[in-house]
Amino acid sequence: MLCDQCRERDAVLNLTQIQNNAVTQVHLCEKCAAERGIETTVSAPKHPLGDFLQAVQQQALQLPGDAARCAYCGTSLRDFRASGRLGCPHCYGAFEQSLRDLLRRVHGSAKHVGRRYDVPDPESLERGATLSELRTRLQQAIQGEEFEAAAALRDQIRTLE
Amino acid sequence: MTLDLSLLPDGGVPWLAASGEHADIVLSSRIRLARNVAGYAFTARARDGERLRILAQVREALPRVPSLARSVVLRLDELTPTERALLHERHLVSKELAGLEGAAETKSGAAVLVSEDAGVMVNEEDHLRLQVFRSGFDVGGAFQAASRLDRELGGEVPYAFHPEFGFLTSCPTNTGTGMRASVLIHLPGLVLTREIGKVLQGLQQMGLTYRGLYGEGSEVIGNFFQISNQTTLGRTEEELAEHLSRVVKRVIEQEEEARRVLLRDAGYIIEDKLWRAYGTLRHARSLPSDEAMNLLSGVRLAVGLQLMVGLSVYTLNKLLIFSQSAHLSLEAGRSLTESEANLARARHVRQVLANEAGPAG
Repeated sequence: MLCDQCRERDAVLNLTQIQNNAVTQVHLCEKCAAERGIETTVSAPKHPLGDFLQAVQQQALQLPGDAARCAYCGTSLRDFRASGRLGCPHCYGAFEQSLRDLLRRVHGSAKHVGRRYDVPDPESLERGATLSELRTRLQQAIQGEEFEAAAALRDQIRTLE
Repeated sequence: MTLDLSLLPDGGVPWLAASGEHADIVLSSRIRLARNVAGYAFTARARDGERLRILAQVREALPRVPSLARSVVLRLDELTPTERALLHERHLVSKELAGLEGAAETKSGAAVLVSEDAGVMVNEEDHLRLQVFRSGFDVGGAFQAASRLDRELGGEVPYAFHPEFGFLTSCPTNTGTGMRASVLIHLPGLVLTREIGKVLQGLQQMGLTYRGLYGEGSEVIGNFFQISNQTTLGRTEEELAEHLSRVVKRVIEQEEEARRVLLRDAGYIIEDKLWRAYGTLRHARSLPSDEAMNLLSGVRLAVGLQLMVGLSVYTLNKLLIFSQSAHLSLEAGRSLTESEANLARARHVRQVLANEAGPAG
């Protein structure tokens, strides 16, 4: 789609304007958007956190922890500022204080009050996986008319259950 | 692998049935839960092998997840761009997962699981994006089904969870519940009466946000809006779903009121405009996508106002999705240029409308 203003370059930005209670759509290229004073990096869908990240950036500039990295995945606070994405679940621990401030600004709260979750214990996960495997083999045995093998598999499944 | 659409339960879009409450105004209600598998880096940082392991882990658990027991697994990294675009047009995968954003490609291990009324995107921005659609206005029903799926899958695949921050997601805007509750809603009355700006501003004040037909980054066309919660942390899932429901209920009332005003104050002008929209859809030989959306919006309004009878909302829902470019290309068996697609779209719409009993004027 071409830019509505210059009609030369490709539009990269869909601007929804609400004026006098009417919604209008304007498609702009990066240059024309900049001329209108619209920062494309903030409006682009990849950066829903624009303002917040800038705030974190300013804060981080004063902090020596800017280059701090997550020990698990190697993501730094600087990487996070650039992409808006954390690297792994451990980043939440590594950047705990910065994130707590950020979450409070984004959500108005940094405390999860919704569903609690307990990671299933490894034993039950393994038992589940074994059962699936045995059931598949039981089906194959029945289809192959290997009834002795099927009976043995069925006993194993019963024991596990 | 080629995409066999007949394998998808109800084509993956049972919500088109227009069976729920207020189905002429609310097309669908949706709950999406963002989850990550413990022990791996988030998708963008994960290596190819890790993403494939995550997919294998989920597939392996499927027989023990009743909500997904009969699901079809589609590997996006094995589909053509047109096939991936079609899944996006059906709202089954995000633009990102389908690799349709800019020069982005599909990542290895990118997949979608589709069952009758639940789906899971695998290796999207988060490892797992659980989603449940319901036809019409039924946020509560979608929420219950999504919670069930979440409990079943979370019992088999360990999620990344933090006692203070909740479910951990790649982007902090999803942290906590990881839940986005949304409705796809058609608001031509509010747009025509110029009340829409006020309504949209009101939504934002109440912690909700709106987007176009295809969510984040998509524009509003055909008066279709996607309304969803803005924040995911600090409130329970039930509170988020109920709050959305309550506000949307109010928006539906405002839309109905706007429609009454339109009929009362501008009855014949509206009637003429909507019949002209039908006439164009019924007879045009070339239909650009945006124009088709806008005309379908008009006809949908006419059906809602009972100015046209004999045309079902179900048919209009199907036209909205199935007349899009990737659907037309797949039907033609080759990639269509824009002008070819416009011709194919007009032909498709004419045929569907001709097969309906046809509204009596």
